[in-house]
Amino acid sequence: MSQAVRVITLTMDGREISARGDQTVLQVARENNMYIPTLCHLTGLARVGSCRLCLVEVKGINKLLPACVTRVEEGWEVSLNSERLSKYRKSILELLFSERNHVCAVCVSNGHCELQTLAQTLGMTHVHFAYRYPRLAVDGSHDRFVVDHNRCILCTRCVRVCDEIEGAHTWDLLGRGVNAQVITDLNQPWGESDTCTGCGKCINVCPTGALVEKGKSVREMTKQRQFLPYLTLMRERRW
Amino acid sequence: MSKARVATLWLDGCSGCHMSLLDMDERLLELAGKIEMVFSPLVDQKEFPENVDVALVEGAVSSDEDLEKILKVRARSKLLVSLGDCAVTANIPSMRNPFKVKDVLDRAYIENATLNPGAPVDAVPTLRPQARPIHEFVNVDVFVPGCPPSADTIYFVLAEILEGRVPDLGAKTRFGA
Ligand code: SF4
Ligand code: SF4
Ligand code: SF4
Ligand code: FES
Repeated sequence: MSQAVRVITLTMDGREISARGDQTVLQVARENNMYIPTLCHLTGLARVGSCRLCLVEVKGINKLLPACVTRVEEGWEVSLNSERLSKYRKSILELLFSERNHVCAVCVSNGHCELQTLAQTLGMTHVHFAYRYPRLAVDGSHDRFVVDHNRCILCTRCVRVCDEIEGAHTWDLLGRGVNAQVITDLNQPWGESDTCTGCGKCINVCPTGALVEKGKSVREMTKQRQFLPYLTLMRERRW
Repeated sequence: MSKARVATLWLDGCSGCHMSLLDMDERLLELAGKIEMVFSPLVDQKEFPENVDVALVEGAVSSDEDLEKILKVRARSKLLVSLGDCAVTANIPSMRNPFKVKDVLDRAYIENATLNPGAPVDAVPTLRPQARPIHEFVNVDVFVPGCPPSADTIYFVLAEILEGRVPDLGAKTRFGA
């Protein structure tokens, strides 16, 4: 940062807080140990603001703002956990659960899944929308990894980590809306991918049981994320 | 105080939720002083009675018979509890949903059968096209996720309801717990 960054003051859930003007609402909240739920966001990856779980209210602004991609401004009065936000956040989770097939009881990520944990934390006990129960593929063609589209929430963390950190860009998105899905290379089986280095980064950043190691049984798939901040720093400094 | 009339119902589930209910062990004795079990796979009673205070329902709605039962149970119960993931999300039974019923039956009873291949036709309820959660058919008052919900969770739910409170499950259970 060449220019000096302004220090500003604002309130979050009534608490007076000072922050740097180049910080996002989410960064400031976390620095002050205040909780905002997130899914697509992962520190160390580009911010896409796509899942909308982190929406917050700012007094005087009509629309809700995604905390992970919104910079704080002087004098803002931000609500992180109002009734209205809780309702919207639960609806988002319900849509995610109803869009694909989540059968936690037999999922390799049961007990270690961000989607499942969020449902519990935010008190989402059932889905009001009609479940779609789509027929989706499981690709086990890779030697060591599996992609189970039944569990994918299209957060694109895999796409970003593979492109930005590993530099392979094996993953991408195909299709739109409800037909969108993640693909490897030019929609080839993962096992036939020319670009995948087998580094396993996508497995570890995936919040759900969609990307997992082969051979894991129910509840066995835990993810490691510690590597990400270090690698991001190394890329920035070109070590 | 008169005893609360409690019923339990078993639709398309593995009976794990009922096993969990029995896992309450000695707390069942304590509950026995407060409730009367008027209908359940665990008691000998053929017809679902009128004026039930609390009905705990395990399992998804998968057959025409399931649907008939849940409609009757709703009509005759003050409070309906959706007990366990199969009741709440259709869970494991829903894994057949992306496929046609005929394909599922063929897979089980013809492709993988060595003796007498052929799906049963008499004396078993007709499967509906999909297994679906209870609340898609009737109003549900309390949702208890879990596969199965633990004995502690079920005890808490019953104890709260008997005290006239709506159980706040919070950290006690979750999908797949
Ligand atoms: S990915 Fe998460 S929410 Fe989905 S079935 Fe697995 S544990 Fe449940
Ligand atoms: S294993 Fe590494 S290279 Fe292969 S798809 Fe995942 S992140 Fe990309
Ligand atoms: S596979 Fe995992 S990381 Fe990739 S988009 Fe789906 S849920 Fe996100
Ligand atoms: S975490 Fe902010 S939009 Fe997904």
